[in-house]
Amino acid sequence: MLDMVRENRRMRLLTALAIGLAFGFLLDKGGATEYEVIVNQLLMRDFTVLKIILSAILTGMIGVYVLVSRGIADLSPKPCITWAIVTGGLVFGAGFAILGYCPGTMAGAVGTGSIHAAAGMLGILVGAGAYASVYPWVRKRLHVMDHGSITIPDALGVNPWVVVCGVAVAIIGCLYLIETMP
Amino acid sequence: MNWLSLSRWSPYVVGAGIGILIWLSFIFSNRPIGCSTAYARVSGMVEKLFRGRRVEQKAYYRQYVPRLGWEIMLIAGVMLGALASSMLSGTFELEVIPALWQRAFGPDILVRLAAAALGGFFIGFGARMAGGCTSGHGISGTLQLAVGSWLALICFFAGGAVTAMFLYVFLGGI
Repeated sequence: MLDMVRENRRMRLLTALAIGLAFGFLLDKGGATEYEVIVNQLLMRDFTVLKIILSAILTGMIGVYVLVSRGIADLSPKPCITWAIVTGGLVFGAGFAILGYCPGTMAGAVGTGSIHAAAGMLGILVGAGAYASVYPWVRKRLHVMDHGSITIPDALGVNPWVVVCGVAVAIIGCLYLIETMP
Repeated sequence: MNWLSLSRWSPYVVGAGIGILIWLSFIFSNRPIGCSTAYARVSGMVEKLFRGRRVEQKAYYRQYVPRLGWEIMLIAGVMLGALASSMLSGTFELEVIPALWQRAFGPDILVRLAAAALGGFFIGFGARMAGGCTSGHGISGTLQLAVGSWLALICFFAGGAVTAMFLYVFLGGI
């Protein structure tokens, strides 16, 4: 049954659509499709976005590691290409502040009627296309410190559950600090 | 079903819900959720309309083949899901200039649209260079405990906070 859903092209596309529908619904209910909520997070005046991200990491991490340990799913961590991530991440951050949305929330915002998010969407298409054009050049220069798909448990050489517990405690601690902030 | 028409849910309920969606994504598609790849593929599809099949020869598009797939369906779903949510709560509204932007930089529509497009450009370029966005690295990657994803999440927010302070506080005076 699961193999059919995973391998049949039409079923895969329908699954993605269904997950997207729920994802967009949740992003809007959380306020993450609002420009002001995101910009105020970056200005550290409203912590809604961080609360959503941290609780998603906490919930997702525990469930995904259970699925992996039962052999139901496989991890697919992205490679740690240090300089590409640092440079790209900072450029992304600058755009994040100017536009006030990220790739997922801008799609949601377009759904809720944001016209400037649609302008951002045109920009992201051009930006992604521009990256595709300069990719060979970037690859030669920024892909020098490529550590592969390394995870924190790999790096530390410990049982993944030790790290899962540590990160869970750290996230709960962060959320507690955010909630008790003056 | 009153809760469906509420305009806001607790961020913890929303976050936990997104976490559960990622379980479902791993169960039914054996993959994490990411948003920025879809834009790279669509960009390639648009380029293909103008330049034909040779676009597929670019090194980048050999890796991310420009055709309809999982990620594009996800983004289509996100748009429709947010539309449904805002319709149910009555918060659907055409917005060209958000109030906060207007207080900082005035009511000029073209200025806001140009800035939004420029911001989008940086996001598209930066996300593809970093290998993911706030969903792919920031949530799905960090929860798999990928070292690169934690680094990416920190850089997204560091770059975002510094730019936001400079733009809205220093230049915009708010």
